[in-house]
Amino acid sequence: MEFLEAVFVLPFLDMADSPAFLMEVVIGGLLTGVMYSLVALGFVLIFKASGVFNFAQGAMVLFAALALVGFMEQGVPVVLAILMTIGVMIILAWAIERLMLRHLVNQEGIILFMATIGLNFILEGVGQIAWGSDVKVLDIGIPDQSFELGPMLLNTFDISAAVIAAVMVTVLALFFQYTAVGRALRAVADDHQAALSVGIPLKTIWIIVWAVAGIVALVAGVMWGAKSGVQFSLVLIALKALPVLILGGFTSVPGAIIGGLIIGVGETVAEIYWGPAFGGAIEGWFAYMLALAFLMFRPQGLFGEKIIERV
Amino acid sequence: MFYREAGQLKTTYETDQGLFPIIQDRWFLGLILVAAFVVIPMIANEYWMQAILIPLFIYALAAIGLNILTGYAGQVSLGTGAFMAIGAYATYKICTAFPDMNIVVIFAMSGLFSAGVGIVFGIPSLRIKGFYLAVATLAAQFFILWLFNKVGWFYNDNPSGTITAPPRELFGILITGPEASATTRYYVSLSFLVVFAMAAKNLVRGRIGRSWMAIRDMDIAAEIIGIEPLKTKLLAFAISSFYCGVAGALYIFVWLGSAETEAFDIFLSFQIMFMIIIGGLGSIMGSILGAAFITLLPIFLTNFPPMIGLHIATDISKHLEEIVFGVLIVFFLIVEPHGLARLWQIVKEKLRQWPFPY
Repeated sequence: MEFLEAVFVLPFLDMADSPAFLMEVVIGGLLTGVMYSLVALGFVLIFKASGVFNFAQGAMVLFAALALVGFMEQGVPVVLAILMTIGVMIILAWAIERLMLRHLVNQEGIILFMATIGLNFILEGVGQIAWGSDVKVLDIGIPDQSFELGPMLLNTFDISAAVIAAVMVTVLALFFQYTAVGRALRAVADDHQAALSVGIPLKTIWIIVWAVAGIVALVAGVMWGAKSGVQFSLVLIALKALPVLILGGFTSVPGAIIGGLIIGVGETVAEIYWGPAFGGAIEGWFAYMLALAFLMFRPQGLFGEKIIERV
Repeated sequence: MFYREAGQLKTTYETDQGLFPIIQDRWFLGLILVAAFVVIPMIANEYWMQAILIPLFIYALAAIGLNILTGYAGQVSLGTGAFMAIGAYATYKICTAFPDMNIVVIFAMSGLFSAGVGIVFGIPSLRIKGFYLAVATLAAQFFILWLFNKVGWFYNDNPSGTITAPPRELFGILITGPEASATTRYYVSLSFLVVFAMAAKNLVRGRIGRSWMAIRDMDIAAEIIGIEPLKTKLLAFAISSFYCGVAGALYIFVWLGSAETEAFDIFLSFQIMFMIIIGGLGSIMGSILGAAFITLLPIFLTNFPPMIGLHIATDISKHLEEIVFGVLIVFFLIVEPHGLARLWQIVKEKLRQWPFPY
């Protein structure tokens, strides 16, 4: 009885009690969601263009953040360090295509997936050997102060993160929509063979996609790193991005964004209002359960391609 | 020449339906069993058994379980660790609640619990496929471990939060708990593996196994020829989870002795997944070979550099191991995506034709 009350009554009373706090929680959730979206975006880009479910996206986030911190520790100015890290990610994309993907063309999805788990190990190992494995502070000069907006308490860092994410998504959308490379990418995503037959160089496209995913990983790494320090646990946020993917659909960029926001808000609100009833720490699985429940009704996700199967 | 069917005539229905119809296979299997049951216990020391062979057998058992689900029925699952945890925790609960019950019966019962939960988490497979399903099974992974961590009832509210294997006897010999000898535990894990592998081999060649493969290859076509996807898929989840549950029970009771939920985290699931991919999807033999490969590789990587006189600082060597492990996995997938089982087939093919390959 007490438990039922704690699940079905008390949280809503709490919410009604102080709507301002609820707003704060929701906004906090939205901002966490932006971070999830950034990681999920990397997954979607690669899955769309090459059909590879890239488990190593989390490791790429760590790798990019470590590389950036590494350059900055050498005394390289921020802007130059970011450019150099982008260079590193492009080289990485090239190496992945040359050494791994090229030899795995036409394999089943699960084999490619397993290969990216192998890649995950490699990136973790290389990153930590090259730049050390202790927690590093990443300071790229985004102010981190709290301020009040009406009754709510907000943080400048979170707001900047949201703005940067929004800018990046817009730039990506424009890139996909209006450039020749973007059109080629969309063609490859639609149909590999058709794209090849009209003369789109598949291998180059793959390098570009992985490089773009690497840059997205860099942005995600910078954001998470500046927030909670660059450390091994960055790899684990990849696991948080997976329910975002099922919710939004594996092949949809807007899906990744909206899915991330839903998961972020759902998770934070659930943790704060329903967490006590379940003994806390429900963040770990709440997103998965939400996504699972959602899948029962809409198997292809929010914006995924509908697979029509009729007998 | 050494391995061929020609001349081995089958005169009765029993021989025709035998599990190993070719005499060379039977000989080979007999030799392996003799080696495993007689020779190895004589020559292996405690370290070999505890660090290599016992985990190998237990992982192989779990890998067979996952291979039934992923390799035969085509349902990708990343929740293996959770299903193993259910087996382990169920064994612990039954074991402490009914101290007089036969331990083997308890292992089987915990497998049933695991199967039940497996069915529940298998329900989404009726609507979703492939990677969506893989991610959905992660829900089982995270939720079940959280539950075992949070609810004290599952570990009898003991303050350390761990479950410890109480000493239990079978035929008057101590087989679980820290006091049991390595040799006994070796025999227990080996016997479980042999019995379950045989059962699986039998299962996958019969009606049930064929219906799994039909669902895997094309579910719509399978439905048309009268295979019910609901029953078939859920049965695959149940049996797979049963195997994983028993493996999880052995994992704690026969190998580790005591553990927390961390022992069953997502990396265990990935490890088992690696075993079946490297061993070969849809092959019982492959599951065992894959388990051997993944268990032996890290041990080899740790011991190899000192053997050739290289001394590397421990923290670097840990990362180097990771890198080599990753590289080997990628390399392996490129060279032989069908796994060790395929290599084994190639060897048999070569033996069949040697020395006249035309």
